[in-house]
Amino acid sequence: MPDVVSHNRKESWFYTDIVKDHFFNPRKFMHTDDEGNFQYNALGLVGSPACGDAMKIWLQIDLATEQIGDCRWQTFGCASAIASTSMLAEMITENGGMKLDNALKLRPQDIMERLGGLPNRKIHCSVLGDKALLSAINDYFRRTNQLDRVKVEGARLIDKVLKITDHDIEEAVLDGADTLEKVQAKTKVGTGDRSCLPEVEQLIRFYKEKYFGV
Amino acid sequence: MSKIYLDHAATTYLDPRVFEVMKSHMLEDDFGNPSSFHSAGKHAKEAVDEARAKVARILNCRSIEIIFTSGGTESNNLAILGLYSAHKDRGNHLISNTIEHHSVLHPLEYLEKKQGARVTLLDVDKYGQVQVDKILSALTPETLLVSVMYANNEIGTINHLHEIAKTIHDFRQGLGRKQSEPPFFHTDACQAAGALDLDVKKLGIDLMTINSAKIYGPKGVGALYVKGGIKLQPLIFGGGQESGLRGGTENIPGVVGFSTALELAQAEKNDENMRLCALRDYAVRELLKIPKSRLNGHPIERLPNNINISFLDIEGEAMILYLDADGIYTSTGSACTSGSLDPSHVILGIGLPYEAAHGSLRLSLGRKTTRDDIDRVLQALPGIVEKLRSISPVRVEMKHYR
Repeated sequence: MPDVVSHNRKESWFYTDIVKDHFFNPRKFMHTDDEGNFQYNALGLVGSPACGDAMKIWLQIDLATEQIGDCRWQTFGCASAIASTSMLAEMITENGGMKLDNALKLRPQDIMERLGGLPNRKIHCSVLGDKALLSAINDYFRRTNQLDRVKVEGARLIDKVLKITDHDIEEAVLDGADTLEKVQAKTKVGTGDRSCLPEVEQLIRFYKEKYFGV
Repeated sequence: MSKIYLDHAATTYLDPRVFEVMKSHMLEDDFGNPSSFHSAGKHAKEAVDEARAKVARILNCRSIEIIFTSGGTESNNLAILGLYSAHKDRGNHLISNTIEHHSVLHPLEYLEKKQGARVTLLDVDKYGQVQVDKILSALTPETLLVSVMYANNEIGTINHLHEIAKTIHDFRQGLGRKQSEPPFFHTDACQAAGALDLDVKKLGIDLMTINSAKIYGPKGVGALYVKGGIKLQPLIFGGGQESGLRGGTENIPGVVGFSTALELAQAEKNDENMRLCALRDYAVRELLKIPKSRLNGHPIERLPNNINISFLDIEGEAMILYLDADGIYTSTGSACTSGSLDPSHVILGIGLPYEAAHGSLRLSLGRKTTRDDIDRVLQALPGIVEKLRSISPVRVEMKHYR
């Protein structure tokens, strides 16, 4: 397994200098204090802390040109996950902002290439970035009533016992369930497998922000 | 900036006193093969005999009961696979628990999948201790072996070996069996060897794994204690070394260094334990002041050098790399560093959710660790946790981690 090491090999660093730079100096992340101040019209989330990586991305899309004017993100994950999101943010906003059609063509390999490579076992970390982007762009299509342009995202199983997915939680929140208790009243989520409850609460918070801005 | 090494549970530096003793066995006058019939061979044999006697004195056993191996992993494999092969006509049941080291879990898994063994992996309590009553209810007349680690490598929790041993011995006696008949009791004492009492008679152990590379000795050497009369099937066949249980020319500088390191660690352990416990408790007290943090493992019955804390809403590898950039070397049970995608089986094993397992940080202290080192960690860590939390979208509530 040819892990990436720094080219001078003086430090036992497993990542390229670019990865290191983006990890220690992440670009365009949503600082907790800025939440609520950033104007956005698209919001996406993928992953969960239980899987080891979670990413959330806010986009500011120009309605006329469909260019991504600005963005913010938050990532829970290892160094490559953080660096990949930071690089993605740079790529979609540089040169006046990437057009949505081009952004939808972004592949994990493109992010990896710009990072100068990732260690083999870390490649999966860069995959979440374009999924988060897709989820946000879909959100934009829904908000602007362009449902024909929405690309299908697979549902993710949250409660393994009752087979409840993130889409089920989303529907419950859309139906007005704004607390864990109310979502449980609608879906029974977590009654068979309590270990998914932290994640359910996380999702409720996210969908409330996405649809109701709170 | 000086580097601070806080990963002694992974491995330790070599004690210079150990190195001095080893040197004399690597150079020209003392290089022989213990199996040779000339004086050079005889010198070498004496060195191995002396090393074996030293280890035996510490474990309060006979020299012939000590098998030198290539380290903890081989000792655990030999104990489990060797014992199973030699006794499978008596039964096929093996008992262990979910938070053992992989060098115990994987041989068990192999026996279960490929050799028809029935393996019971007991759940541990919230501190990581194996409960005696669970052992008792799992024991059957077909049980060949119970394997319970002395102290856990990730969370430092110490098991009550004596009570477990007594339960197994009583059960064996109840079946009207001799001490050389199953069920046997094995313990992996790799993490404990530098800090705890290894007297196998007092503890009631039938097989014990110890390792040199975690007690300031050389790497690539360890031992398995096997109580006299207990049959094992060798894993490595060859020239009949180690009572026929492990072929191959002895690693003379290795075993000499290992036995010296064990002797030194055991002689100095009381003072060192007191020093480390004070440092550990100071660090834990201060680190838990960081919001949304939690100590993993037992608050008191834990190794003097082990600190394991989960910082919620962030991922362990990112934390380690930020600390690394500050010259502080630590580790985690988290997915990313171990190369697998699964988070720590130990943190999951004590009943915590995946989210906590991903954010665990292990600081393992050692001989060179000073109060100044701890203060540097205490200075660096709160800012790192705060920064990583500020870029994390996760906000899990503390109630899920109690």
